[in-house]
Amino acid sequence: MSNNVFIAFQSTDESRPVIEAIMADNPGAVAVESPGMVKIDSPDRLTIRRDSIEERTGTRFDLQQIHLNLITLSGYIDEDDDQFTLSWRS
Amino acid sequence: MDTRTTKSRLGLKDRYAAMTRGLGWQTTYQPMDKVFPYDRYEGIKIHDWDKWEDPFRLTMDAYWKYQGEKEKKLYAVIDAFQQNNGFLGITDARYVNALKVFIDGVTPLEYNAHRGFAHVGRHFTGAGTRVACQMQSIDELRHYQTETHSISTYNKFFSGMHHANHWHDRVWYLSVPKSFFEDAMTAGPFEFLTAISYSFEYLLTNLLFVPFMSGAAYNGDMSTVTFGFSAQSDESRHMTLGIESIKFMLEQDPGNVPIVQRWMDKWFWRAYRVLTLVSMMMDYMLPKRVMSWKEAWEIYAEQNGGALFRDLARYGIREPKGWRDACEGKNHISHQTWNVFYGYSGATALHTWVPKDDEMAWLSAKYPESFDRLYRPRLEYYRERQRQGRRFYNKTLPMLCTTCQIPMIFTEPGDPTKICYRESDYLGDKYHFCSDHCKEIFDHEPEKYVQSWLPVHQIYQGNCFPPGTDPTRPGFDPMAAVLDYYALEDGRDNLDFEGSEDQKNFATWRGLSQRN
Repeated sequence: MSNNVFIAFQSTDESRPVIEAIMADNPGAVAVESPGMVKIDSPDRLTIRRDSIEERTGTRFDLQQIHLNLITLSGYIDEDDDQFTLSWRS
Repeated sequence: MDTRTTKSRLGLKDRYAAMTRGLGWQTTYQPMDKVFPYDRYEGIKIHDWDKWEDPFRLTMDAYWKYQGEKEKKLYAVIDAFQQNNGFLGITDARYVNALKVFIDGVTPLEYNAHRGFAHVGRHFTGAGTRVACQMQSIDELRHYQTETHSISTYNKFFSGMHHANHWHDRVWYLSVPKSFFEDAMTAGPFEFLTAISYSFEYLLTNLLFVPFMSGAAYNGDMSTVTFGFSAQSDESRHMTLGIESIKFMLEQDPGNVPIVQRWMDKWFWRAYRVLTLVSMMMDYMLPKRVMSWKEAWEIYAEQNGGALFRDLARYGIREPKGWRDACEGKNHISHQTWNVFYGYSGATALHTWVPKDDEMAWLSAKYPESFDRLYRPRLEYYRERQRQGRRFYNKTLPMLCTTCQIPMIFTEPGDPTKICYRESDYLGDKYHFCSDHCKEIFDHEPEKYVQSWLPVHQIYQGNCFPPGTDPTRPGFDPMAAVLDYYALEDGRDNLDFEGSEDQKNFATWRGLSQRN
């Protein structure tokens, strides 16, 4: 049985390129929209890539900026300057 | 001129290490055990504090920067909402009653969380753990303040919010969240982390802050959804602290596993019982509903918790003992709780009502196994009585569970037609419980729970009347004296929504906003 991880963002303009980057980089990810928010489920792991966001915005992006629009997440986090990954280890 | 400075910075992992490693030292004037007297007596063994990792690796400078930006965004929304009477755009004045539960029941918990994390942030020996707890302590103070500011606009126009802190310390249903938090704060630091960071934050706060706040958006309450999501972005760090603290304890010593398992059993159940209030907010108090309590439970507890328990199995951890009963309860607890609040509306700082036809149809579609068979007939009976001018108010006081302090309203596992009663004897007295799990919590630490301040007992003992009250005088009305002591204004803060001042005012103001 696969274990989903998820991450949710406020549905704001700042979140849009982040959500687009996640959907492009994580085949199998599913975005569910609710009022005011978007929740993305992904089987086993989900990665956010800095360069993928920067390609979309055309400007420098510090991955810790996601804190500004982040609502919630699940799974273990592995983060460095270039990527942010959620996963279940087992 | 080229100004390339970004590459000379340390990488994230190095920055985090620089901020959290090598900060502590071995004390010489006093033994370490006297400087850090609390982080060993619970029996948790830590061999290497440096194994503690904050997965977000947020350093203090980044923390201040992002929190400052969040505050600016949030306060711009709060200002705009207040300036433009944004409350006139909510779906229905009944919605405001969910905010009353929030400001009276939840916001004071944020303040207690601030105190609790400040305390444990001083008392862990490891510097990384202390930094994480101190950040959380500041977050929690921020939540207390932003929630108070966001909801203050409603307090100018609606009842049931004007004495939030006073009520939190006195009113019967608010003793449920209050006693939960005080139970955690009076435990040792590792148990506190298991209680609040893991059981409450990781497993269960999503249920409050995600679907309920999305519900606030759906009901036109921009102010609440903004503070809710702004707070929840901090919660995702807190959840990470919760899961990290569990993993850290389990990996440090195999002897920690049974201690942690017992705490997980206890605090999952304690936190689940507190969230009973949220189940009712979602199913009954949001005029426009996003999802049912049952659906939220399936997504945020069953799927997410299930994935976590499967992962923790490698340490020898199993799902919490009350897990199955909690999952069965998803069909029932919101209906059982609303029934109690409806009946005791004479003594609440909020209004209740019988759901309208379309709302009952929604409940029936969301709860095919339970609503029509068990709960609809009771609501229709209430509605009929109300039609006849005999609105039902329960005038007797309920028996409370000694552990969770909720009235004994829950039903037997496997039989939702039979109330569940359990009891224990301790030093010649009898104690009552709503469930096997609340009984087991008491039986393990009876010397703690016999000290519970149970609102109903306190009323019967005469401790909930204003000073100078003479209960022996002729015509003494104990209920009126209790409301006086609570500082609840009878006929204004309490009773049915139908005919309330909130209902009349909102209709008038909305009318004024739509006509010349």
